[in-house]
Amino acid sequence: MKRLLPKEVETLWTLFTAPTVWAFHFIVCYVVVAIYCEKALVWSIDFNAIRIGLGIFTLMALAMILLSAYLAWRQWGFGSGDPPHSQATDQDRRLFQGFATLLLSGLSFVAVVYVAIPLIFIAGCQI
Amino acid sequence: MTKALGNFSAEERAAQEERLRKVWKTPGGWRYWTSVNNSEIGLWYGVAAFGFMLFAGVLALLMRLQLAVPDNDLFSVEFFNQAFTLHGTVMMFLFAVPIFEAIAIYLLPSLLGARELPFPRLSAFGFWSFLLGGIFVCGSIFFNSAPNAGWFMYPPLATKEEYSGIGADIWLLGLSFIEVASIAAAVEIIVGIMKCRAPGMRINMMPMFAWYLLIVAGMILFAFPPLIAGDLLFEMERMFHWPFFDSERGGDPLLWQHLFWIFGHPEVYIIFLPAIALMAMIVPTFAQRPIVGYSWIVLAAVGTGFLSFGLWVHHMFATGLPQISLAFFSAASEAVVIPTGVQIFVFIATMLAGRVIFSVPMLFGAGGLVIFVIGGLTGVMVALAPFDWQAHDTYFVVAHLHYVLIGGMLFPVVAGIYYYFPFVTGWRLSDAWGKVAFWLMFTGFNIAFFPMHFSGLRGMPRRVFTYPEDIGWDWFNLISTIGAFIFASGVLTVVADMFRPKVKLDTLNPWKAGTLEWTNNPDENWGMRSVPIITSRYPLWDQPNLQRDIEEARYYLPDAKSGRRETLVTSVLDAEPIQCLRVGGTSYVTIVAAMSLGGVFIALTFHWWLITAICGVITLGAILYWLWTGTAEIPEAPEMDVGMGESLPIYVSGPPSVGWWAMFITMVGDGTAFASLVFGYFFYWTIHGDFTNGIEGPGVLWPVIAINLFVLSWLLMLRARHLNRAGRLDEARVALVGATFIALGGSAAGLAGPYVHGMDPTAHVYPAIVWIIAIWTVVHAAAGCIMQLYCLARSLAGRMTARYDQDIINVTLYWHFLTVTAVVAFGIIGLFPVVR
Repeated sequence: MKRLLPKEVETLWTLFTAPTVWAFHFIVCYVVVAIYCEKALVWSIDFNAIRIGLGIFTLMALAMILLSAYLAWRQWGFGSGDPPHSQATDQDRRLFQGFATLLLSGLSFVAVVYVAIPLIFIAGCQI
Repeated sequence: MTKALGNFSAEERAAQEERLRKVWKTPGGWRYWTSVNNSEIGLWYGVAAFGFMLFAGVLALLMRLQLAVPDNDLFSVEFFNQAFTLHGTVMMFLFAVPIFEAIAIYLLPSLLGARELPFPRLSAFGFWSFLLGGIFVCGSIFFNSAPNAGWFMYPPLATKEEYSGIGADIWLLGLSFIEVASIAAAVEIIVGIMKCRAPGMRINMMPMFAWYLLIVAGMILFAFPPLIAGDLLFEMERMFHWPFFDSERGGDPLLWQHLFWIFGHPEVYIIFLPAIALMAMIVPTFAQRPIVGYSWIVLAAVGTGFLSFGLWVHHMFATGLPQISLAFFSAASEAVVIPTGVQIFVFIATMLAGRVIFSVPMLFGAGGLVIFVIGGLTGVMVALAPFDWQAHDTYFVVAHLHYVLIGGMLFPVVAGIYYYFPFVTGWRLSDAWGKVAFWLMFTGFNIAFFPMHFSGLRGMPRRVFTYPEDIGWDWFNLISTIGAFIFASGVLTVVADMFRPKVKLDTLNPWKAGTLEWTNNPDENWGMRSVPIITSRYPLWDQPNLQRDIEEARYYLPDAKSGRRETLVTSVLDAEPIQCLRVGGTSYVTIVAAMSLGGVFIALTFHWWLITAICGVITLGAILYWLWTGTAEIPEAPEMDVGMGESLPIYVSGPPSVGWWAMFITMVGDGTAFASLVFGYFFYWTIHGDFTNGIEGPGVLWPVIAINLFVLSWLLMLRARHLNRAGRLDEARVALVGATFIALGGSAAGLAGPYVHGMDPTAHVYPAIVWIIAIWTVVHAAAGCIMQLYCLARSLAGRMTARYDQDIINVTLYWHFLTVTAVVAFGIIGLFPVVR
């Protein structure tokens, strides 16, 4: 398990992993559907194929976010210390990063689910 | 970090202060305006933005007078159109965004414990650009030529000259110019927050304001460039009849709506987040305790920043897009409520956990929050597509957006004015006047805007200049007008309070706040007397003797022996000191550059081509002079003593340097604008069966040659950097010249594709979009060639050496981006028509 997961990195950018996954998922859903709905007649692809494709993509996005959440949880010391993590130490800075990243992973998870809901309830382009 | 504090006698300190005062002195007389100090630029910026707000407010009052009674003929239709367009435009572009750039420029150095932001001249340049552009746009209404098509300028109304006159050009060019200022500010703010914090101020200890501003500046980088790209397409259509939004020749007005709202919706949060940031500074002070849920605020700021980019189509629910697409945006619009709610609950929790002192800033903050929550609730309503179809373009939306913006932005700004007035001036505004102002504004606002929900639901469309009396809108409108004037009287009370004579405070920290900015003496220009080591989120509460130690020069940079303006650069995560940065001082060059660049945009508006060219050359000259004399200067010694027994390098190049970051950030913004043009290309492909309309494309040959030449040029550039670093300066110079020539060849090949195939950009949108992508790339290549020749000149002049190589490192970074741009651009226009 340990070998599969990336090593802990010291950077600000990991904070943005989960929201970036959300953004990527959102853009892909929007672009795929926008193109499909214009080109549906030309390409003769069934909408269900699009739905299933985007559904699988959604699961992949959620898995990525879960991975980000796990790494964040690890950085947060698996919840060993409570916030506010306001001490002037590298350790507290790291815990803060982990906790904030974990929170953002949660929000991104919910947001990805939100965006995917229309794929369940709307069965066509409905122009 | 246990460092020995400095210990200076009173005489030594007096001598230090004398030197510091001399270095940071603001010039007197009319030279005052050449100052670049953050405290002057921030103040001018703020006053100008506030002035524009009052101007736009007067326009709103005139509109309310016209609408007070049915069948009113107080103003002409044309004037009314210009008034509401300018009102929206000025409030959004000249007040709401710039006021935060102003506050950030003013506040950030003190808040972060820096002497100055890393690029003070860039801030000055941004301010002068903003002021000139703002006066140009606002002044147009006095010549009956203001933009009149609404603040989002939808084509075809705004692209056809017979409907929109010159006003649309003034809007497009004036605001493009101001967007330059916004991006300049974004660069300054991001680099400032990441690299110029006081030692020890790790990212878990940054003031909330800095967190928010970091996110907002990042959002500006991704939100403004699509609008710049849209402006470019729009202006090409108006000036040269390229049919980007003309449906008869394959264009589509909806592309403008996409590009505008990809900017326009994040813009709402670009405005809202800094206002909340002010509240995040104010609430803990008056609750007398640290904020509850610091990490949750970070979650909210970052989360809102991202999600706000997934909302733009909710302004386009009524345009006939597929409902499944609408549903994605509706879902994201509902999701953004979560982080927005989190920040409000954090404030409530902080107030509950502390003992709240109900001061005037808190009054405005809490009042604003109430108004904002109402606006947020109607926002949840209009985020649902079926409801939006009913309310779209009615006064319901007008009510919603004013609740959001005035509650979410204007009230917190007034709270900020009351809170920070002593910090800026050393005087305190009156509590009594403030309470009067608050109640006038609060009640006036609700009286003015609440009835608009009802007039909207009764079908009153926004932007109508009058209405008949028998359809049930008259009473609502009369009440709204009365409320608007009550509201305005509250704003006037605030203004009067600011100009009222006051007694100087005898304390630097009248609110007993805990954050670092309150250690600054407003009478001194140097900001921090010495740059402290920070060990708490609220250093003034938790670090005993901090104020005394700062004033007694016991920390970093206690002196200015070099006679230069200096500030500390620290590492991103843990804020360890890594450089003593010398920043630019007082200068004319920023004003010259801004005025001549303004000349370019203004002359373009009137199609004065020669003046445009002359102003362009002056701008280029001014910027080159600015760079040559003010950047990457080789220091007299590699390191200098920064106090506390530590020495730091003066010259740093590559990723640790602030210049590298500025280039990187600028190019990210630039790349976003380019991506918007590429989006346009594929947009046309999506909506048309055959997007080329049978027109011959640029072929494969020339674009492929262009790609190869650009890649070759890039490889030579990398070689030049390597040779320079190895000390083989002559060979490096040869490589630079070679790279320039090959890039010029690549540019010629890039243009040759559409040229030799006779593509006429006015005939159809396909040739137009191919040309614009090619021209965009070539213009960037031309800029890159100028940079290479600049490096060559620096090298020949001995100002760039193997060790001091900032210029060539940064230009290489530019070339990474340019190469990606060229490969994508020519790859798409050359190969996509073949493989599709």
